[in-house]
Amino acid sequence: MKLKLRIWRQKNAQSQGRFETYTAENVNPHMSFLEMLDVVNEDLLGKGIDPIAFDHDCREGICGACSLMINGEAHGPGRGVTACQLHMRVFKEGDEITVEPWRARPFPVVRDLVVDRSSFDRIIQAGGYISASTGGVPDANAIPIGKPFADKAMDAAACIGCGACVAACPNASAMLFVAAKVSHLALLPQGRIEAKPRVSAMIQSMDNEGFGNCTNHFECEAACPKEINADFIARMNREYLQTKICPEVS
Amino acid sequence: MAVTGLMMFGFILGHLAGNLLIYAGPDTFNAYAKKLQSLGEFLWVARCILLTALLFHVLSAIQLTFENRKARPIGYRRYDPEVTTYAARTMMLSGIILTAFIVYHLLHFTFRLTHPEVSNLHDARGNHHVYAMVVQSFRQWPVAVAYIAAMVPLCLHLSHGISSAFQSLGLQNNRLLPVFKNAARGIALLIFVGYASIPAACLSGLIQYTAGRTP
Repeated sequence: MKLKLRIWRQKNAQSQGRFETYTAENVNPHMSFLEMLDVVNEDLLGKGIDPIAFDHDCREGICGACSLMINGEAHGPGRGVTACQLHMRVFKEGDEITVEPWRARPFPVVRDLVVDRSSFDRIIQAGGYISASTGGVPDANAIPIGKPFADKAMDAAACIGCGACVAACPNASAMLFVAAKVSHLALLPQGRIEAKPRVSAMIQSMDNEGFGNCTNHFECEAACPKEINADFIARMNREYLQTKICPEVS
Repeated sequence: MAVTGLMMFGFILGHLAGNLLIYAGPDTFNAYAKKLQSLGEFLWVARCILLTALLFHVLSAIQLTFENRKARPIGYRRYDPEVTTYAARTMMLSGIILTAFIVYHLLHFTFRLTHPEVSNLHDARGNHHVYAMVVQSFRQWPVAVAYIAAMVPLCLHLSHGISSAFQSLGLQNNRLLPVFKNAARGIALLIFVGYASIPAACLSGLIQYTAGRTP
């Protein structure tokens, strides 16, 4: 398979970027999107051109490192997949593919397709944890948790923090990410204790980072490789309003 | 945004219910208008609340738009949204058109400045002849068409706005979301039909007013 790639190239955070066009030859339909980029990079290296920089790690859809806007969609076409799990068979011979980095002010481009997502880390530092005093590891079954709560918390905890929600949102809002992190802790008894200060601190941090506002387009939910439901955003809004009305810990 | 939006949505429902009394004939309609006017200070309290709601709604919309633009200084070369709707993406545009419409609408029926020749008649009981004002205004096709056209952005704005408000207030979950979405679209459509029917009925002659035939 032969493809035409239009890829964003940017030397570093300070420099002006631009699109470059490359041809990917001999693309095997069974390759993942990242493997296709590896092959293109081999070719570029042979020609003495700097390889295309892109984030990747586990390549099995669970780490959240890959972050490519492919043909106008975060992680490319298809629901519930990361770019590393996207296979070239979804494209056709001769297709033109545009590859861009995530675009958001809190995600500055580091190089080519690599963005700095440490704004997410700072949101987590603001409250995305439970305070545990030191001591022995508690028994796993010491606190009984109802199955529906455990399931719901697990649905939210599936978030891998890739940032596709921000990339896909017309407003570059991080509400789905923050909502998932707020909810997976608040749904469990261990996390419930600090739920109110957590939701305030994490939303404050999100706003400080300069993410946009949620205007309910639900693009985040459609782009999320873990298919996290936007009802977590409603849940977080509810939690936040309750906290604003009654700030004391419930 | 959500709270002020829902307040104005409440007004839109009440206003529609009142306006539909036009189908009950001139007596009922004029009596209803007189009743509203006789509320005195309560009417002004309601007007102030609505105006404040509108002001806050517009100011938050401007703030949101600026913040959202700032959040993505460099846009995508190719951006293919998957699920968002036309209504959701054009909230600002429909909002601007609606604000302009509200100004015209107030000048027309509240301040009675745009069509003074039909706006200051009185019925046999000496009440302001609101029925005549409405029917004769809408007999002029550009006015009727403008009103019907203005209900399109209203319908779009509400079709996204109503369910969006419930999501923003956290009064939603994944079971209710599709219900709210469809209900909002249905209600928006009904509101469009309800409001647009009045100028349409006047223009087509379904509702008529003949001078001197007042009871």
